[in-house]
Amino acid sequence: MTVLIALLVGLALFFATGLAARVALQAGAPAPLKPLFRDMPLTAAFGLAVILFYILVAILAPVLAPFSEHEVLGGQYLPWEAPHYLGTDKLGRDMLTRLIYGARNTVGIAFATTVLAFVVGSILGIWAAVTGGWIDQALSRFVDALMAIPALILSLLLLTIFGTSVLTLILVIAAVDATRVYRLARSVAQGIVVMDYIEAARLRGEGMWRLIRREILPNAMAPLVAEFGLRFCFVFLAISALSFLGLGIKPPTADWGSMVRENATLITFGDITPLLPAGAIALLTVAVNFVVDWQLHRASGLKE
Amino acid sequence: MRDIWGMIGRRLLLGLLTLFVISVVIFGATELLPGDLARELLGQSATEETLAALRDQLGLNDPAPLRYWHWLTGAIQGDFGVSMATKKPIADLVGARLGNTLFLALYAAALSVPLSLALGVMAALWRNSVFDRASNALALTSISFPEFFVAYILVLWLAQSGLFPSMVRITPATTFGDRLYMAFLPALTLTLVVTAHMMRMTRAAIINLLASPYIEMARLKGMSPLRVVLRHAVPNALAPIINVVALNLAYLITGVVVVEVVFVYPGLGQLMVDAVTNRDIAVVQAIALIFAAAYVLLNLIADVLSTVTNPRLMHRR
Repeated sequence: MTVLIALLVGLALFFATGLAARVALQAGAPAPLKPLFRDMPLTAAFGLAVILFYILVAILAPVLAPFSEHEVLGGQYLPWEAPHYLGTDKLGRDMLTRLIYGARNTVGIAFATTVLAFVVGSILGIWAAVTGGWIDQALSRFVDALMAIPALILSLLLLTIFGTSVLTLILVIAAVDATRVYRLARSVAQGIVVMDYIEAARLRGEGMWRLIRREILPNAMAPLVAEFGLRFCFVFLAISALSFLGLGIKPPTADWGSMVRENATLITFGDITPLLPAGAIALLTVAVNFVVDWQLHRASGLKE
Repeated sequence: MRDIWGMIGRRLLLGLLTLFVISVVIFGATELLPGDLARELLGQSATEETLAALRDQLGLNDPAPLRYWHWLTGAIQGDFGVSMATKKPIADLVGARLGNTLFLALYAAALSVPLSLALGVMAALWRNSVFDRASNALALTSISFPEFFVAYILVLWLAQSGLFPSMVRITPATTFGDRLYMAFLPALTLTLVVTAHMMRMTRAAIINLLASPYIEMARLKGMSPLRVVLRHAVPNALAPIINVVALNLAYLITGVVVVEVVFVYPGLGQLMVDAVTNRDIAVVQAIALIFAAAYVLLNLIADVLSTVTNPRLMHRR
């Protein structure tokens, strides 16, 4: 019965947020963007609203949080009562505060990792496609070899070798995901490199960097942007999973994955507190997926 | 028939080559360290004697290709060396747990494959209906959920009421029925995580075919929609479906790592996480090789099966 009520409340909230976001975006958007938001499905509107909310929380974390991130405030595992509206964790730190700071730490680290993976992967991929020859062959075969190992297994192997710290975590996940980005960027760029205007640009004497930046990147942008959203989800989930396993972001930094791990014992007593950070991860991933889905649908021009 | 065996032989060789490259990557990764492994493991304060002793124990004084050769020939015979943390032979640590992990993966596969195929056919049959839209939204949602979120929801819902155990204790004496019962929640978690994707791809593969002339012909003959889908669409959609099933089963291999930790399931994933924490590199390499081999094998089987189901792929001109 409670499950059913929770489901209904969730659905109602989803529709309300989606509708409100659609109306707000239509009213607030500058004129040329208005048609874009008019045909937006409810799921995408909901996704955009959630993403905006997360960004706001991440930026305003010190203002919003009632306590400080690492401060031990009292008894451990306190129930949901004022002033600790979501109770306290294993060490007696305020749960709500840590949830809010988690938006900054977890999402920030995942975003930085994705950007790194993207810069490295797409530049190498496009460079390989433009250059061709043995450089392309060597890079591609190397990436193939790395991709033959499941991503999580490869990350675990690399983390064993380089040790577990936030910096190695970012570098390892970025390296593993850059191989996937490389594949996409290379195949997209290969389709562009054979175009006449690239040949014209080459004859004009454009250098490699200018060719990539001015001729290829603008035309490869659409698939790369959609891939960025999807890649962010994978990176975000990978980092959360590793933190959950105790191999990622380390305490006392507030991070959603390790918060689930630290407080997991509460679940067996029927307390849903540890589900909150896990739910925060799930909600953001769903939201990003909804928006990416909408963008892909628009880009492909499909009308089902 | 000779064509098939020739093709399988070629794929097998290619798979072996892939596996060889993977083993080089897994072994060679340790060579990436700027210093050497012994110093990295013991820290800056280690004395020269202990470093030398550890190097000797790990065989680090030999050149890398020689060490690789010893490691590979050992691994093929099931001898992965000795764990640094527990001082036990890795083969003993891995042996029993490999069976447990395989059991869990097969269990999840047995639940998820029939379920997702049936749901996929239903979604294709009633496309654009409420059922289809709801399943689409659910699929997107469940792909986005971290495994531990799904797992803990199930624990809260099904283990709290005492229906199923939230921790798995398997001993050699556990009967098969008990195993099925105890491993139900981990298997269900994995099922929920992979079903959505398989179902969506099944639906897409079938819908792709529904515009073909022979499907229209079958409809015009007056066949029922269900018969059209099952008899005419599904056999032709088998190749992409097999591929996506294999892809998701391969995903199960890595998915077990997190799920095993949540349910304290005595499998390879748990062992691997412990080994990563202790930086027990030999154990991690051994398990990584096993997981990667399973991954390659699954892709190989999918390749062969999808070729066999499509006669056109077998008679290439």
